[in-house]
Amino acid sequence: MKFGVVIFPGSNCDYDCYHILAEVLGQKTVMLWHENRDLQECDCIVLPGGFSYGDYLRTGAIARFSPVMESIRHHAAQGGLVIGICNGFQILVESQLLDGALLPNNVAHFICRYVHLRVENTQTPFTQLFHLGEVIRIPIAHNQGNYYAPESVLQNLRSQKQIVFRYCHPNGDVNQDSNPNGSLDAIAGIVSPGKNILGMMPHPERSSEALLGSEDGKRIFLSLIQWWEENQREKY
Amino acid sequence: MKFKGKVVITLKPGVFDPQGLTIKNALHTLAYREVEEVKTGKYFEIGIESADLETAGKRLSEMCDQLLANPVIEKYHFEIEPVLC
Repeated sequence: MKFGVVIFPGSNCDYDCYHILAEVLGQKTVMLWHENRDLQECDCIVLPGGFSYGDYLRTGAIARFSPVMESIRHHAAQGGLVIGICNGFQILVESQLLDGALLPNNVAHFICRYVHLRVENTQTPFTQLFHLGEVIRIPIAHNQGNYYAPESVLQNLRSQKQIVFRYCHPNGDVNQDSNPNGSLDAIAGIVSPGKNILGMMPHPERSSEALLGSEDGKRIFLSLIQWWEENQREKY
Repeated sequence: MKFKGKVVITLKPGVFDPQGLTIKNALHTLAYREVEEVKTGKYFEIGIESADLETAGKRLSEMCDQLLANPVIEKYHFEIEPVLC
């Protein structure tokens, strides 16, 4: 399986993603400069965290116009895998590849800490190695992770099982106290209707090695790799 | 002809505005107790070269829809006027 990690001006989690995919998981991984339209036949595109274009105008608003995004839009429309982490999630909602928007945290400051997430759907390429309702531990680091969507969109996300991660307590309870940033419905990550695009605020690439305190993030990438291998087998 | 557009972007009703809330609290700290609400937004001045006012306004409206405002959370209004040299 081949991964491509996009570098926008201001991306700063790009090489963390590269490290995990290439060096920890041993996958073929290339860096994709945002001005280049060629996705180099990558099977999964990673939009990493950071501050693309200095967060000018709105987070993710300018990155949407990078030439590489046109190719990614096409890749996604063909069912290709895309994962947007933190600023990558913000870019995906600005690009309307995922529903909703990410507002400033309701606490009005940057949050950088581990959070607990409840896995809400395991029928996706990104989560098939988890158990439904399992609680995992992955860090967040953001100023604008407060997920918002109009009620009609939220209802649709719920009924189509597009919500994959919710902020929760260590025991799995979801309530106001377990919600770090004010996200509606405690949403930490969602997938597209076709389940091939994942956007999430927490950083799985920062929780993929025991040395860093959690390996739960690695299982998202391992799910992807297993899903892809199973699908390739079906194809040929 | 040259025109100047003045665009104001604000959050749609019901969209939480933590900056506005923080500023309101700071005004209360300064003893401006009469302040009941603060809403933040963005302001842009855009210089446009266009054949006429109607075209300039139509183009500016498109710019707001496509980039300046995010229709999921924001609304906008603008004024546009000829620039007299």
